[in-house]
Amino acid sequence: MALDQAFVGRSYPPTDPYEVGREKIREFAESIGEDNPVHTDREAARALGYPDVIAPPTFVFAISFSAAQDVVHDPQLGLDYDRVVHGDQRFVHHRPVRAGDRLTVTSTIEAIKSLAGNDILDIRGDVHDESGELVVTAFTKLVSRSLEGS
Amino acid sequence: MTAHTPMTAKVAYADVEKGTELPPRSFPLTRGALVRYAGASGDFNPIHWNEDFARKVGLEDVIAHGMLTMASAARVVTDWAGDPGALIDYGVRFTRPVVVPNDEQGALIEVSAKVAAKLDDEARTVRVDLTATSKGQKVLGRAQAVVRLA
Repeated sequence: MALDQAFVGRSYPPTDPYEVGREKIREFAESIGEDNPVHTDREAARALGYPDVIAPPTFVFAISFSAAQDVVHDPQLGLDYDRVVHGDQRFVHHRPVRAGDRLTVTSTIEAIKSLAGNDILDIRGDVHDESGELVVTAFTKLVSRSLEGS
Repeated sequence: MTAHTPMTAKVAYADVEKGTELPPRSFPLTRGALVRYAGASGDFNPIHWNEDFARKVGLEDVIAHGMLTMASAARVVTDWAGDPGALIDYGVRFTRPVVVPNDEQGALIEVSAKVAAKLDDEARTVRVDLTATSKGQKVLGRAQAVVRLA
């Protein structure tokens, strides 16, 4: 059954703050084979003008996608979660995520479409730091595959 | 110019033109790499480490995290730019799963990229289009990055 268009534009309450740790950034950078010292060495980060080590560009997904679970599991929306695959992902960085950031995410449903029986859900996650500065905007497209189509 | 505007990319805007190719790279992804990424990212979906489960949901075998493919491809751009913080906009479509066999080689993701457009002479931003393949087939679609150069 197609999702209710009335949910387009709906925002969910901001998440509790996620504190970005230096060792978490290091662990993530190593897991993607990234050895740029700007992720692990504070002095190297400072030399590039950052106050502390910065996270690789896709690091923030763990935070934004965790926030998107509020949308995915909203019983009123009724998305068939077992059939969901990740369609598209985009990050717009207003500045790099860095160690010490305390980030909250506000998720908004940007679009709902139905295509060949698939439900397609576009979620925007606005990631703010403690001062209220917008750090990253994460755009996530989820596709709930039709029972026949796959 | 804000305090967050990176000036630190090692590639100068003036030195690139439409069509400039970035150094291509290959990224081997073994099962071990997937387990490591699962831990670092918090994505423990068993399709990324349990072949019985993967087959039960209709996959050929264990597949790589789409976000790991996305993160690997980004390294072609961030290694070129020198400063990962210079990547200000990055988006991909997950078009085909990367199957990772349980052997020493795993899967290989081959990534090439080139400057598709010079966007803004003042902001020194360029759009880079990426191509990521595994076994000769595209695994990412519409993979584009906006990079702020020096």
